[in-house]
Amino acid sequence: MEELNALFGGFAVALSAYHVLLMVIGITLGVIIGVLPGLGGANGVAILLPLTFTMSPTSAIILLTSIYWGALFGGAITSILFNIPGEPWSVATTFDGHPMAQKGKADEALVGAFTSSFVGAIFAVCLITFLAPVVAKFALRFGPAEFFAVQFLTFASFIGMGRGSAWKTVASMCLGFALASVGLDNVTGTLRMTFGQDELLNGFKFLVAVIGLFGIGEILSSMEDGLKFNGAAAKLRMDAVIRTWKQLPKMTMTFLRSCIVGCWMGITPGGATPASFMGYGIAKRLSKRGDNFGKGELEGVVAPETAAHAAGTAALLPMLTLGIPGSPTAAVLLGGLLIWGLQPGPLLFVEQKDFVWGLIASMYLGNVVGLIMVLTCVPLFAAILRVPFSIIAPAIVFVCAIGAYTVNNAMFDVWMMLVFGVLGYLFNKLRYPLPPLVLALVLGDQAESSFRQAMLVSQGHVGVFWSNWLCGGIMTLGLVMAFWPAFQALRAKLAGNGAVARPA
Amino acid sequence: MIRRGTFKVTGIAGALALGAGLASPALAQGWEPQKPVTLIIPAGTGGGADQMARFIQGVVQKHNLMKQPLIVINKGGGAGAEGFLEMKASAADPHKIAITLSNLFTTPLGTGSPFNWKDMKPVSMLALDQFVLWTNSEKPYKTTKDYIDAVKAGEDRQFKMGGTGSKQEDQIVTAAIEQQTGGKKFTYVPYAGGGQVAVQLVGNHVDSTVNNPIEAVAQWRAGQLRPLCIFDAQRSSYTAKVTEKEAWSDIPTCKDSGLPVEYQMLRGIFTTKNATPAQVNFYVDLMKKVMATPDWKEFMEKGAFNQTFMSGPDFEKWLTSAEAQHADLMKKAGFLATQ
Repeated sequence: MEELNALFGGFAVALSAYHVLLMVIGITLGVIIGVLPGLGGANGVAILLPLTFTMSPTSAIILLTSIYWGALFGGAITSILFNIPGEPWSVATTFDGHPMAQKGKADEALVGAFTSSFVGAIFAVCLITFLAPVVAKFALRFGPAEFFAVQFLTFASFIGMGRGSAWKTVASMCLGFALASVGLDNVTGTLRMTFGQDELLNGFKFLVAVIGLFGIGEILSSMEDGLKFNGAAAKLRMDAVIRTWKQLPKMTMTFLRSCIVGCWMGITPGGATPASFMGYGIAKRLSKRGDNFGKGELEGVVAPETAAHAAGTAALLPMLTLGIPGSPTAAVLLGGLLIWGLQPGPLLFVEQKDFVWGLIASMYLGNVVGLIMVLTCVPLFAAILRVPFSIIAPAIVFVCAIGAYTVNNAMFDVWMMLVFGVLGYLFNKLRYPLPPLVLALVLGDQAESSFRQAMLVSQGHVGVFWSNWLCGGIMTLGLVMAFWPAFQALRAKLAGNGAVARPA
Repeated sequence: MIRRGTFKVTGIAGALALGAGLASPALAQGWEPQKPVTLIIPAGTGGGADQMARFIQGVVQKHNLMKQPLIVINKGGGAGAEGFLEMKASAADPHKIAITLSNLFTTPLGTGSPFNWKDMKPVSMLALDQFVLWTNSEKPYKTTKDYIDAVKAGEDRQFKMGGTGSKQEDQIVTAAIEQQTGGKKFTYVPYAGGGQVAVQLVGNHVDSTVNNPIEAVAQWRAGQLRPLCIFDAQRSSYTAKVTEKEAWSDIPTCKDSGLPVEYQMLRGIFTTKNATPAQVNFYVDLMKKVMATPDWKEFMEKGAFNQTFMSGPDFEKWLTSAEAQHADLMKKAGFLATQ
């Protein structure tokens, strides 16, 4: 119980009035950063990093991680209210969160999202508290082949999610892969499909695409539907928290599955975005109410949010114990640690006990403070929908444009956002699913890099993906997931034939 | 045309210095930024250049070294081409400076992006980043010779070298080592960042790396990695113990270990092409002030940087020879975009 003693020591450090004040400031800033699309947690932390050089390392990391928690919470708000994911990991939250808002249940969706974020984070912090050394060792087993296996599993768990034609899903995913391949090819170090245009050097940034496809596309659709938000007329009731919490115990298994998926993806390090997609995909597949996913099911909000927040928190573990960041924000925090004179790595837990346990204690406290803050603001957030469309829509377009510009500080991205907006609208009209495109865009080049690294290592033998139990197990699971819909369809057909045959 | 213009300004400044004696220093110190200065990082967040740029920003702010704020922006698209092309396009704006890494030379050579370091005005060299040959400490290679002999004795491409990016510094060093291994090549596996490379070596997914000191120091201290040699002409000057037994200065040079390869990476500051001598001098002075702080010295020691400061003609001479060295190494390795 050495860990518990150390943890209580940490609480003593983190619970000073000054540190709690820093948490409140950090979470407020983080929620704002999370709400503004484009200005992601990584940017927010990077901008504020130099301000913290004069603070003690423990105070600085408490401020910066609080911004991180705030951004994780805040990303859900615009996803639910306006179908605009403020952060990449809240894309999956829009699938059911926005339909809930359209049905007038925005407050329930928000409470569900915040609560599940909290549960995911606390689960991951507990993992960090007690299992850090073991887990860190496990992460070392991940080479290129293992990474590809995990990414393959993400794609596989996502197949069959669209209700429309399977061919449309494939078409959408292929367009995503094509967009992901523009820019620098990391494996050969050459430029691809830039056609000599300097603007395309950066490739298509995920955030620009998402802001356009979801945000601008949604505004265009709303304009067609009569210049108002569906669900705006819903009554504001103050009991949203209790109403929602009553529904949550039924979803224990979803919580648990998403927590495990999230921690796994955060540690390996796959990151919060794939975790949220995988969490959603698995819940849809395994939940009793899976067929209703996409129409406004609370469980469809809980699953990705829990996984995203668990992954976001667990991503700090490889950063602290191995010195590899599990997410872009963790990468910036890692730079901060070096500047404060701390060397992340295997010895940090031994040499900087006060700092590490202060940080871990602040993870618990930061999330509690964050949850209380965002829950009290739910009616306020939900009330935004009551602002007339003619006022809020231009404001959204304006904020989206700023967000797209911020990603690379380039005007080109604002035009790209508008083009993606039209594309998003057309996708909706033609009933092509957007999620496969987004997933391919965010994971496509990572998966490609891992696959090609693995091929380099094995000198071109595909057998490398079954060269050990870890990698082989994940790949096999991925294949099962990928072909499960086909298998089920086949079984249903056979069963159907049997049923027909018996009466005859 | 532009070049002749710059020459003329220098000429006038020189004439003034000759004619008025004391007027020259007054002229040189006469410029100060009129609006916030943007520091462009031609790389992503979290890497070595990013850390140094943000550190400089923090030091400038903490010690109040400039009246106008310093804003740091990442423009890492196309292996840094995005940032360099922006510097090239803003030739007339002296409120932009850039921090460079080896992609200053490797990106135009390797991808054919249309820029050259001569499209910017050199301010000063801040330091040189070292490269060290690392292996996993569980492996039996105690010295550089053990390892290189094993590579020579093994199958072609049997040994895997992990590194950051493709056709960039890590792969160039690898190509230079391959010239000393009797025709045996490494399988070079490119990863996204230096931290990840070090961890892949700890997990035995690759056989060796040429990580910068700061990227692998944590794993060295934990006894997971073993440094074999440093790719510099002399041993490191840092004698303080990093692990229980060893200091950076205890790592032999590769040349002395029978692997005659030298490579270091520039960490330097550039401003835009049309900057006047007074404007360049302002930034040289600013960097000198940054480097005089105790924070900077501590930062240098952590990363075992080679602390060489250069500005003016010395720096330009260094840049010219470094460019030629990169072109030569990349040509031998077949990394040129035109090849």
